[in-house]
Amino acid sequence: MTQTRSIPDRLQSPAERYLKSWESLLLLVAIGIFVANSFASPYFLNAWNLSDATFNFTEKAMIAFAMALLIISGEIDLSVAAIIALASTAMGAAVQIGVGTEGLVVIGLAVGVLCGAFNGFLVTGLGLPSIVVTIGTMSLFRGISFIILGDQAYRGYPPEFAFFGQGYVWWVISFEFVLFAIIAVIYAVILHKTNFGRAVYAIGNNATGALFSGIRVGRVKFILFLLTGLMSGVAAICLTSRLGSTRPSIAFGWELEIVTMVVLGGVNILGGSGTIPGVVIAAFVMGLVTFGLGLLNVPGIVMSIVIGALLISVIALPRLWSMWRQA
Amino acid sequence: MKRILATRELLLLVAIGIVLAIIASRFPAFVTPANLTVVFNDTSPLILLAIGQMIVILTKCIDLSVAANLALTGMVVALVNIAAPDLPIPVIIVIATGFGTLLGMFNGLLVWKLAIPPIVVTLGTMTIFRGCIFLLTEGKWVNSHEMTAAFKAVPRADILGLPVLSWIAIVAVIFFSLLMTRTTLGRAFYAAGGNPHAATYAGINVGRTQFWAFTISGAIAGLTGYLWVSRFAVAYVDVAGGFELTVVAACVIGGVSIMGGIGTVTGALLGALFLGIIANALPVVNISPFWQMAISGSAIIIAVVVNAQANRSPGRIILKKAEQAT
Amino acid sequence: MQLEPGPAVSSKTVSDIAPRLSLKGITKTFPGVRALSEVSLALFPGKVTALVGENGAGKSTLVKVLTGIYQPNEGEIRIDDAPVRFPTPQAAETAGVTAIHQETVLFDELSVAENIFLGHAPKGRFGLIDRAAMKARAREILSGIGANIDPNATLKDLGTANKHLVAIARALSIDARVVIMDEPTAALSQKEIEELYELVEGLKRQGKAILFISHKFDEIFRIADYYTVYRDGQMVGDGVIADVSEPDLVKMMVGREVSQIFPERQQNVGDEVLVVDGYEHPTEFADIGFTLKRGEILGFYGLVGAGRSEFMQALFGITRPSAGQVRIDGAPVTIRSPADAVNSGIVYVPEDRGKQGAIGALPIFQNVTLPSLARTSHKGFLKLAEEFKLAREYTQRLDLRAASLDTDVGNLSGGNQQKVVIAKWLATQPKVIILDEPTKGIDIGSKAAVHEFMAELAAQGLAVIMVSSEIPEIVGMSDRVIVMREGRMVAELTKADITPETLVGHAAGIKEAAQ
Repeated sequence: MTQTRSIPDRLQSPAERYLKSWESLLLLVAIGIFVANSFASPYFLNAWNLSDATFNFTEKAMIAFAMALLIISGEIDLSVAAIIALASTAMGAAVQIGVGTEGLVVIGLAVGVLCGAFNGFLVTGLGLPSIVVTIGTMSLFRGISFIILGDQAYRGYPPEFAFFGQGYVWWVISFEFVLFAIIAVIYAVILHKTNFGRAVYAIGNNATGALFSGIRVGRVKFILFLLTGLMSGVAAICLTSRLGSTRPSIAFGWELEIVTMVVLGGVNILGGSGTIPGVVIAAFVMGLVTFGLGLLNVPGIVMSIVIGALLISVIALPRLWSMWRQA
Repeated sequence: MKRILATRELLLLVAIGIVLAIIASRFPAFVTPANLTVVFNDTSPLILLAIGQMIVILTKCIDLSVAANLALTGMVVALVNIAAPDLPIPVIIVIATGFGTLLGMFNGLLVWKLAIPPIVVTLGTMTIFRGCIFLLTEGKWVNSHEMTAAFKAVPRADILGLPVLSWIAIVAVIFFSLLMTRTTLGRAFYAAGGNPHAATYAGINVGRTQFWAFTISGAIAGLTGYLWVSRFAVAYVDVAGGFELTVVAACVIGGVSIMGGIGTVTGALLGALFLGIIANALPVVNISPFWQMAISGSAIIIAVVVNAQANRSPGRIILKKAEQAT
Repeated sequence: MQLEPGPAVSSKTVSDIAPRLSLKGITKTFPGVRALSEVSLALFPGKVTALVGENGAGKSTLVKVLTGIYQPNEGEIRIDDAPVRFPTPQAAETAGVTAIHQETVLFDELSVAENIFLGHAPKGRFGLIDRAAMKARAREILSGIGANIDPNATLKDLGTANKHLVAIARALSIDARVVIMDEPTAALSQKEIEELYELVEGLKRQGKAILFISHKFDEIFRIADYYTVYRDGQMVGDGVIADVSEPDLVKMMVGREVSQIFPERQQNVGDEVLVVDGYEHPTEFADIGFTLKRGEILGFYGLVGAGRSEFMQALFGITRPSAGQVRIDGAPVTIRSPADAVNSGIVYVPEDRGKQGAIGALPIFQNVTLPSLARTSHKGFLKLAEEFKLAREYTQRLDLRAASLDTDVGNLSGGNQQKVVIAKWLATQPKVIILDEPTKGIDIGSKAAVHEFMAELAAQGLAVIMVSSEIPEIVGMSDRVIVMREGRMVAELTKADITPETLVGHAAGIKEAAQ
């Protein structure tokens, strides 16, 4: 109005921010696990073994990226694993009537998108809480697979279809890993470099405020459910291709592992904050832990203790630390 | 009673009545008292867990670790039974309830003292509890022949024509109905979830109330753990795998609002019975049991839609004519 | 009376009666903030003490200390000259201190009786709540305050006024000796306020000591016996209300002379920019139609709950009207969402800044550019340099005070948050700006700045709609005023007719005054 004083744009340089971030801490954890693993087992530092290990997380991580955006926006989708089951079942059924590889891919993606649209409609169209809605659709989608398949399985996928889950692009670099990397970059760009990503953060922090700022909150959330459905379809194609068969119990319990991956990656389960690099590192952490313990002949279920404890302690420890410092 | 049977519950009761009537028209054998007793007994574990979950959800939390708690506690008492076959069953029951309580308290403490979101806490403890079962047994099963006869007999023992398992569910329904409607703690659960801010002003410690909700949920899960393992006479890592979501489903169908503050023991009971009746009726009416999952999924979605309509706030009425019209 | 903050005046200068409750040297600090600094207060049996002060003076903190929600770092509380401590809200209740809070702190899903007795319900056999006794006592208390409410009713089925009565009944359900009323009339109609005054008189006759917190001077002078003034967490004066004048109180509150001077404005009204015709909503408003010109400030006056904000939110696309048209610069526009409204050039600065205005956990520059991202970005990709440029331009224009543009808005003061919200909208280069209670909850000092800025916007040709419940603001700022009552427009006043009497007359529906 009268005289203008200038306010500096930033007090902290971006580099400083990165150094103090959750992601750097998590990266240290990942490196620590990597080093520990290479000491613990002579088989760890082997290109083919490491390449195999990536299959532990690539499919889950693809969904985790979309889920991260959804959780940042303040919603959640627990039906992702069920969407995998339904999409895989649809592809299996299509194989039985002679659909080729291209057709299977289209069907897998389409089922994913449709399921995502259904979730999105229930949450944004009817204004229902996503956690309950997707617990419902989780039973519904997988339930349909069970109705179609019962205790049977679909097999007989065309040989070319195996490429998505079993193929290698170059040396030990699998197709799935390349896809995972591409998807990670795409989601990082969407979340961190676009107007859409900014809207996601705004909605997650204060949905009413975002609406009052002219953001189309319902539309953004609907798109996020579509994306999560789409990624579940992509994961369904990879997983089905890797296993070569479809049972209705496929990917059972994955939804919780995916949510764990997202939260471990530093995404606030209550919405509003989180980054894609964080989720990428979390995916590696979970993959490395599984693989390392596997080399030591520790069964997968024990690894779940580690993951569960990691999930709680990464959130609890900073809080305990600040409580201890205040006391 | 008219307050307890509020519209939500009444609607569900009617739905259950219609389902039973449809089944009865083709398969009258299903609705004989003898068979309904079997259905009720079969649903009892779900009823018990749904009551605990209802209390947790009332306080704006969720407990995804109930089924894992059940499985871990069940394994612990099964191992205790092997190690000390002479230990009287009441002691076993105390151990089960006490151990489950401790697990619930662990959840509750993390939510209360460290303010970690309940979904994260129980997602974590869920996997930890399951993993602990494996550590205890290295993945081995505890089978029927390893358990003592007394250990296995209790849930099946017959009192006045009903198995003990059913009686425990009935007692729990009555006990928790009283607790929820007639005690300060019970009302605190509603207050803490319905309006946490106001609850603080009314002298209710919201975090501590949530802690008690998790403690109760844990205690019930522990008790149910013993009942489950002894009834099926087997304990292994994956006992009741995925059951936590069925429990949440029973609550949602029973009209418990996931946003907290709304829900009754009667609702949880009816929600559990609805799922129990469907599960038991499918084989009778010659529908593949594989339909069950899709049906309960649809039931959840319908229940959420119906509840949301019922709870929709009428909005501000400013215009005079509109006020007269309503 | 003393103007400089310093050691508290002994309560002996105020009264010879022994105080029922007294505070001495109470200090309460939060990380980085000293909310209360060695304040004192005395409340006397059968008397009403008004606590006045600007927002941020420490009144709410004091209420929380008195009701056991906050623990003071230093100082002592005495009841009947015996020192007491309130480690929990229950302890305060047991000691006979009760409060009717600013916000209704009740439970929608519980019954009226349960709301009244939550936490101290009468117990029967086995320690169970004795519901019959609870309902009987609830009925007794409710009829005692002249409220005809069924104790069995579920709270959510009651109207706002009845909810307020339940809140009062809750406060009276404990055997209180000290009653705290924190802005009790904020949400009440004139008739309900009168009833509340009678209730206060009744409590005085029962010998209760009453602390009355209010922003409304007419109210304070009507029912208070004593006053105490806080400023910036310190006690700056107290005394007998009969010995003090309104300007004196204001001076103590703000620490300087304040006369409400509104900016000089030359009438510079241009072309018609906004035309609203036949706007209707099933329950909230009907028959709203008016025009607005460039450079004009159109005031919307009415009692709280007259439907003004509801109409504005419909105009901004938050809710959907059931009928009606809007034209901007002569062209009809369809507004189905706030995004549509912003695209049409209509922006809205909401009353509820914390929830609807700013996004607290996002930095200033992101808040400012949120509705303008289409302009600062390239094909949907962010361009941070452009964002900072836009944010810098508009925050400077509003003289925003902040450490840096990437400071989270939540860390700013209320006045600066309001500036961020306004900057956000000005950056969209709107045609019509709607300001809903723009100075509510803002210090008297900052109010003048907001008024000046509003005048400047109008002078630059922006069309301004100002919703306000403050008569001086409406009279001082508006070129034209529309008065609403019960969801309808009841009068449209031009500059010469805008007087406090006509405004109140139309708003309250008093025939004689309106003529």
